[in-house]
Amino acid sequence: MAKRIDVSDLDIYYSKFLAVEGVTFSVEPRTVTAFIGPSGCGKSTVLRTLNRMHEVIPGAYVNGKVLLDGENIYDSDVDPVNVRRTIGMVFQRPNPFPTMSIYDNVIAGIKLERTKGVKRDRASMDAVVEKSLRGANLWEEVKDRLSRPGSGLSGGQQQRLCIARAIAVEPQVLLMDEPCSALDPISTLAIEDLIEDLKERYTIVIVTHNMQQAARVSSTTAFFNLAGIGQPGRMVEMGPTAKIFSTPTEKATEDYVSGRFG
Amino acid sequence: MSNTATENEHDPLIPHGHQQTGRVGDRIFRGFASGAGIFVLVIMGAIGAFLIWKSIPSLQADSTNFFTTTEWFPDDNPAVFGIAALLFGTVISATIAMVLAVPVGIGIALFIAFYAPRPVASTLAFITDLLAAVPSIIFGLWGLAVLMPNMQGTAQWLNDYLGWIPIFDNTLGIYSKSLFIAGVVLAIMVLPTVSAVTREVFIQVPSEHVEGALALGATRWEMVRMAVFPFSLPGMISAAMLGLGRALGETIAVALILSAAFTINWHITEPGGNSFAANIALKWNEAGPIGLSALIASGLVLFLITLVVNMLARWIVSRRKDFSGAN
Repeated sequence: MAKRIDVSDLDIYYSKFLAVEGVTFSVEPRTVTAFIGPSGCGKSTVLRTLNRMHEVIPGAYVNGKVLLDGENIYDSDVDPVNVRRTIGMVFQRPNPFPTMSIYDNVIAGIKLERTKGVKRDRASMDAVVEKSLRGANLWEEVKDRLSRPGSGLSGGQQQRLCIARAIAVEPQVLLMDEPCSALDPISTLAIEDLIEDLKERYTIVIVTHNMQQAARVSSTTAFFNLAGIGQPGRMVEMGPTAKIFSTPTEKATEDYVSGRFG
Repeated sequence: MSNTATENEHDPLIPHGHQQTGRVGDRIFRGFASGAGIFVLVIMGAIGAFLIWKSIPSLQADSTNFFTTTEWFPDDNPAVFGIAALLFGTVISATIAMVLAVPVGIGIALFIAFYAPRPVASTLAFITDLLAAVPSIIFGLWGLAVLMPNMQGTAQWLNDYLGWIPIFDNTLGIYSKSLFIAGVVLAIMVLPTVSAVTREVFIQVPSEHVEGALALGATRWEMVRMAVFPFSLPGMISAAMLGLGRALGETIAVALILSAAFTINWHITEPGGNSFAANIALKWNEAGPIGLSALIASGLVLFLITLVVNMLARWIVSRRKDFSGAN
C-alpha cells in the first residue's frame, strides 16, 4: 500500500510571492524521510504540497510535478479531496476533534469514504478502531474509555490518537509536520517508537526541528534553507541520514547540523 | 492565580495586611465584576417582582380562565380576558421566523466564513452587521408597504400546492395581514442577528480542527459538518436564542402588519392573529386600571416564556459539556 513520491521542479507560490523554488527529490516507499532546516525555510510548505493541504490558504498554488507512484497529484482532473484521502497528515499540535469521542475520532476519516464500498457496520468499525489504536500504540491506554472525549487525553496520547485517525483510512503516505514539537520527551519517545513501527507499512515524511529526532527516526534527510534574506526557500541537499549528519556535501548543511548556525 | 499571594511567605510587592485579598487593582476589579453580576440578578428579580405584583389585581378580577380564554375585555364587569390567542400568535409568528431565519442565517454565516473570497466576505459581513442595527419600525414599514403586497402570491402558492397541509390552507381567499406575513417580516428582521452571531462563532473554530478534517479528505461541506458545526453548536444555539428573543418580543413590526384579532386560527396565511407585545402596545393607552394590570399579566407570561426557552437552550448545551471542546 505504500507508494513512492517523486517531486520535480516544484515552485510554490502564495499569490505572487514565491515561497519555495525548484525543489526536486524522491521518497522511496516504506522509508522515513526527514525535512530539517531553520524556521521559515519552507520545509512545512513543501510537506503540505505533498497532499495539497497548502491550497487551504487562499491564493496558494504550485508549478511543477508531484508524482505519487507515477501519477501527478496536480493533474487538472485530480480532486485534492481524493489526494488527501490517500495521503494522511499529522499536525504540529494534536488536533483530535473535541466534540467527538475517542472512538469517533478514529473512524472520522472512514465515515467520509463512501466510494470504496467500505463496510461500515458496528463490528467492522470496532475492528478498525482497535487495529488503528493498536497501530498507534494507544489501545491499552484508552480501550476502557473509547466513548470519552478525545480532548481529555494527555498531549502525547492526543497526538497518537491523531496518528490512529490518520492510519485508520490506510493511507499510502503519512506526512508529519513537527509531530512532537508540542510534546514532552517521554511522549516524543513514544511517537518516535511508533514511527519506527509505521515505516514497515507506510511511506513517511516528517518535518522536524529536532535534529536528534531526524537522526533517530529517518533513513533519508533533506536540508532546506533560504537562498538568502527575502529569497525563496530551497532544498540544499538530500541524502542518507548518516551522511547528512557526518559528511554533508554542502557547507551550509554542515554548518546547520553541527550547530554553527540556525 | 488568585491564591498565589496567599502562598507566598511575603511578597515584597504586596504590603502587609493585603496578602489575603490580593492587590488593590485586583480587589477593585473583583468588586466591580461581582457588582455587575449581582446587578443583573437584581434587575431580573425586580422586573419579575414588578410583573407579578402588578398583575395580581387583574388575575383576581378575571372571571374566566386566564390561559384558555381567547377574548380580551378586562375592563368589563365582570372582566373577561385570557392569553390563549396572544400565546398562539406569538409562538406561531416566532416559530415561522425561526424556521426561516435560522437555516438561512447559518447559510449566510457559512458562506462568509468558509466559502466567499475575502473581499466579498468582508463586504457581506459589514452589510449583515449594518442590517442587524436597523430599527424594527423600519422593518415593519417595509413589511407593510413592500413585502405584504408582494407576498400574496407566495401565500396563494402555498394554499394552491401545499393546501393539503392544514396550516397552509386558506379558506378566505384573503392573504394579507396574516401571521405568515408577520413571521416572514420577523424572519428578515432576526436574520442579520442570527447570521452575525453564528459568523463570529464559526470564525472562532480553531484552524487546526478545520485543517484536521480537510487533511482526512473531507470536502468543504464535510469539514463543516465534522469540525465546524459540533464545535459551534452552543454558539449557534445562543444565536438562535438571541433571534428568538427578538422575534418573541417584537412589537411595532407585528402591530403594523397583523389585523389584531383574538382568535386561534391555524390557517396561518389568513388575516388575523395577535401577539403579546403588539397587544400591549395597541391596548395600553385605552386601558383602565384592570386593563393595565391584565396587559402586565400578559407581559409576565412573555417574560416567563423567554426565561423557559433560554433555560431549555442552556440545558441542551450543557448536556454535551464534556464534548464542547472547552476542556
